[in-house]
Amino acid sequence: MTITAHMKDLAAIYPDAVEPNRRKQVAWLGGLFFLIGYLAYIWVAFDVSGALARASMDRATLLALDSYAYKHHVELSMKSGEISVNLEGNRRTAFEVLPDWVVPVDGETRVDMGRGFTAYVSQTSLRVYDREDLIVDIEPTASGPVLHSEPHDWMRVAPNKIEGRPDTYVRFIATKSKITLQVYSTGWENFWFDSSSDLNGTSIWRAIGLVFSGDRIDPSQSNLDLVASEIWGNKEWQHGQVMHAMLITILMAFCGTILAAITALPLSFMAANNVNPIRFLRGSMKRTFDFLRGVDALIWSLIFIRAFGLGPLSGILALWFTDTGTFGKLFSEAIENADKKQMDGVNSAGAGSIQTTWFGVVPQILPVLISQTLYFLESNTRSATVIGMLGAGGIGLKLADAMRTGQDWENTMYIIFLIIAVVIIMDNLSSWLRIRLINGTEKSAL
Amino acid sequence: MTNIMATTNIAAQYEIAERRRRVYTGLMLILLVVLLIGGVRIAEDANSGSLLSGLPKVFDYPYDILSQAYARGWDFWSIPFSVQHPENGIQHTYFYYLIETINMAVVSTLFGFGFGSLISILASRNLVKNYAIVWITRRFTDIARAFPEIVIALFLIFIFGKNPIAAVAAIALHTSGALSKMFSEVNENADMKAWEGLEASGASWIQKVWFGIIPQVWPNWISYGLLRFEINVRASAILGFVGAGGLGQQFKTFVDWKFGADIASIILMLILTIMTIDILSTWARRRFIGKVAH
Repeated sequence: MTITAHMKDLAAIYPDAVEPNRRKQVAWLGGLFFLIGYLAYIWVAFDVSGALARASMDRATLLALDSYAYKHHVELSMKSGEISVNLEGNRRTAFEVLPDWVVPVDGETRVDMGRGFTAYVSQTSLRVYDREDLIVDIEPTASGPVLHSEPHDWMRVAPNKIEGRPDTYVRFIATKSKITLQVYSTGWENFWFDSSSDLNGTSIWRAIGLVFSGDRIDPSQSNLDLVASEIWGNKEWQHGQVMHAMLITILMAFCGTILAAITALPLSFMAANNVNPIRFLRGSMKRTFDFLRGVDALIWSLIFIRAFGLGPLSGILALWFTDTGTFGKLFSEAIENADKKQMDGVNSAGAGSIQTTWFGVVPQILPVLISQTLYFLESNTRSATVIGMLGAGGIGLKLADAMRTGQDWENTMYIIFLIIAVVIIMDNLSSWLRIRLINGTEKSAL
Repeated sequence: MTNIMATTNIAAQYEIAERRRRVYTGLMLILLVVLLIGGVRIAEDANSGSLLSGLPKVFDYPYDILSQAYARGWDFWSIPFSVQHPENGIQHTYFYYLIETINMAVVSTLFGFGFGSLISILASRNLVKNYAIVWITRRFTDIARAFPEIVIALFLIFIFGKNPIAAVAAIALHTSGALSKMFSEVNENADMKAWEGLEASGASWIQKVWFGIIPQVWPNWISYGLLRFEINVRASAILGFVGAGGLGQQFKTFVDWKFGADIASIILMLILTIMTIDILSTWARRRFIGKVAH
């Protein structure tokens, strides 16, 4: 009883605290309905259901599979009856001697496809066994392959082509002209040494061992030179070119950011209202910054690529222009927020206007200046990748090329991993430098 | 006597420290300049055209576009609001595509904000005592932040075809990573007294977060969210350029076809939109957290 009495007293004094706030509840509910309505509108406007229906999940699985696995193709030509084994369907990588999982048996060829699947292939028959059970029986004829076994839902049967995938890692395709068996293995093939290299098939640990053991493989050069040049010149993974492209991208980010910071610093003093007394000059400087930022790196890079051609120089200029706008805005705001007392103190000691700025303002804005520059160094590494894709070169262009062919997803994955690693390294480096240079006082940049 | 000795000693020490600082600063500046000059030279070598030969041509492209736009006369200003080149398969007005680009930015910021705020709470050391959860969520934010949006967008375009949702998903992932890092920094700076009070009165973890932390941090969250929105408008324009729909995709088409008036019109629309959104969001941020530091 006493509690209810107290509550009544309290309710009389603080009605907001006890009574539910109807207006607030209505606002919340209204906001929620608005959000749901907006998302529904987006669902229709972006045609999400249509896109989901059209989405090719085959492509997604293939992409995912190809990024961490590679496959051997076993091909039987219908015309000649010859068997060849190669990597990813690339004829240049064909095996000279058949591997031990492809064995001729009584006029047929037995292919151990792994995961318990075995295929027997000849010009007259393709049979696939899941352990002991016959799951596929195809007879290739002159007018196209004919299926004798039960069709499964993992098979696609067309008049002149039958293909099937009894397991994610096992696939067969029978057409009029040839039978192809695809056998997947996990890993990145030939990552260190390509198939034309003398060291192909050597693991990296053995290669490191070779470097330290005395015997020269190639008498004309030391093992260290050989191993390094073979890895660097790997034709399938292009380590040398990829690293060079990565370096170009970092270069673009570095030069663009530093040039922008150097240019923006004097200009930002002209835009700050506590340093520059001329209103017209201030206003036009601020609009210039807005314009430089508003045009955006995308459009700047188009303009500069027209003038200076494709390449990192155009990328540097694009980043320089955009970031001069951003830095100009950030720095001039930092100058405007600077404490006036320090300026007054220097001024009253008899300093001229330049000395007042140098000793009164610059020490105050230096932490902002350094931390923003370092922060942008990291974010520009990502921007440089994007601009590179649009034609400025570097790792972005390499990535675009790797994606365009649409086959070697493992190469694409390799480049992506590299980009992510570099961005994370740049991120850590810039926050480490930030803390070192500003003595740990700075909390968060941007 | 000893006092004066000590003072001279301190002065000498100061002199040495000051000189050392100057030498270090000078060396760093020299290193910076050397790296810069070397970098620009390497870039110039790798470029197909050189700096000097390109300088006179800088204004060629803008001049080309603007003169084509000028040739259209007053008609130029109606370009965004009427369907251009329907014979080439353009279905909507540029204004419609602009709205699509802005919608891409809004939706991706909303999703990024939603995920980012949830993750940020799990990534704050003062709110979650389980270090494994904090560690995992933090690594997730690192990776989500490092993924360039364009890469995810290209993958999704490969799977879904040319559609804005590719860009939305890509930007949303990046945004959730970037925002959750900033949000978790805000959360860790929150005053824990409210939290302790709620703990003492027996509140559950969710109640402690909802009543003790959220009221303190949401103005900062909104401010960072708006900042991200500005960035995402640009990002959705750029991702459109690689095929994710919106004005960017139309822009790419006309850049390839070299239709100057349309290019000029679209650039103008993009610049005006970006500048307007910048101004609006700066105003809104000032409202939410008073004077914004940057």
